[in-house]
Amino acid sequence: MERDDLIVNDSYALNAHHSEEEGAAIRKNVWKVTAILTFLTTAEVFMGIYFKRAETFTWSMIKWTFVILTLVKAAYIVLVFMHLGDERPNLKKVVLAPYMLFIGYLLFIAISEGFGHLSNSTLFH
Amino acid sequence: MGGEATKSISKEELWGGGQSPFSVSYGKMMMWYFLVSDALTFGGLLTAYGFVRASSTDAWPIGEQVFRSLPGLDGEYPLIYVALMTFILIVSSVTMVLAVEAGHRNDKSGVVKWLGLTIIGGFFFLGSQAWEWSHFIHGSGGTYLLAENVTVTADNGQTFNLNKGDAVYMDHHFGHLAEPWLEGDPLVTLQDSDHGVKLVQNGEHTHEAELHSLTINKYIENESHVSGDEAMKLWNARSESFAFGANMHDNEYAVQQAYANFFFFITGFHGFHVFSGVVINIIIFFMAYRGVFERRKHYEMVEKIGLYWHFVDLVWVFVFTFFYLI
Repeated sequence: MERDDLIVNDSYALNAHHSEEEGAAIRKNVWKVTAILTFLTTAEVFMGIYFKRAETFTWSMIKWTFVILTLVKAAYIVLVFMHLGDERPNLKKVVLAPYMLFIGYLLFIAISEGFGHLSNSTLFH
Repeated sequence: MGGEATKSISKEELWGGGQSPFSVSYGKMMMWYFLVSDALTFGGLLTAYGFVRASSTDAWPIGEQVFRSLPGLDGEYPLIYVALMTFILIVSSVTMVLAVEAGHRNDKSGVVKWLGLTIIGGFFFLGSQAWEWSHFIHGSGGTYLLAENVTVTADNGQTFNLNKGDAVYMDHHFGHLAEPWLEGDPLVTLQDSDHGVKLVQNGEHTHEAELHSLTINKYIENESHVSGDEAMKLWNARSESFAFGANMHDNEYAVQQAYANFFFFITGFHGFHVFSGVVINIIIFFMAYRGVFERRKHYEMVEKIGLYWHFVDLVWVFVFTFFYLI
């Protein structure tokens, strides 16, 4: 049976072709983003090692820094690696808008609700 | 009955609208839809983790205390291995972008090369995860819960008031023999020693493990070591509740079994995605190698599986922060 869910006209895929020069620019950008992602991950690990968990202002700032760095990393992956940044604005909004809301919810649960382990550490003193 | 399902519409009329409002092909669009919905599954898991952790009345283990080993090395390397796994996945994401970019230039050998490297990166990640699971399941010595309240002085001079139900951790050597001893292995016996107690395993070779020191607060804050008579106080106050490593019923890392279960489910579900991704990448690798996309005159299939592969990387970035770091 012939499938009718396949677009025979694949001009969108063909339109995505680019020249050798454009390719070189894209590759350069990819390596730049790689360096940024590696640097951010390394920074997160060293912050985690250096700063001790406690019910302090510093630690809550560290936590928020982790979150911000994660969102920066996620933005680079989605916009550059998945090249959503190069897609039409309507596709961008369809994908990103629900997650603007959802990530806010996740942060609320993980950060502001997730302090159970800290309030109990006083048991041991 | 003449619903939409039975209408006969020609293919040209159905799909030949002339313009996709998103300027992407059907297949790429559906891949985006799939990823948007799949992200909700992972979001749901991480949110559930946050809820359970928040509603827990007992202390919750912290990432840099639980995950601090490197394969083949002694010593402590908090979160270094997990960061290495993150790095491996990021690098394999980069090789995937380069495969997609080569596809846009119809460069077959470039696609094959970079896709091949992506597959190797995927196997590295799966291998790392297998090691981490194995390490998590085997644990490092085991734990037991106290049957009564005990006040002990740690080696650093600090005094701790421990409650019934608090966890005490054994060292690797003692825990290694404690497990068969508790299971009733007749070859393993508990004996008095010069300094306290020791476990002795008879058989072809005799193994001994003395109770040198016990550890408190091991996975929940900076741990403290207790030795000598103080350690004997902790040993004599033991209950029958022992745990070695982790499985679906017990775990040595936390009083809450939910901790181990979330570890298994979140990293397992993600690992399953990586595994599926590697399988899909291998299929597309061979299709590219055999020139299927060359004849098709475009490599959009590489772009579509590339989206999936980056998504797997993206999820790991969130798991790293919300499961391990925070």
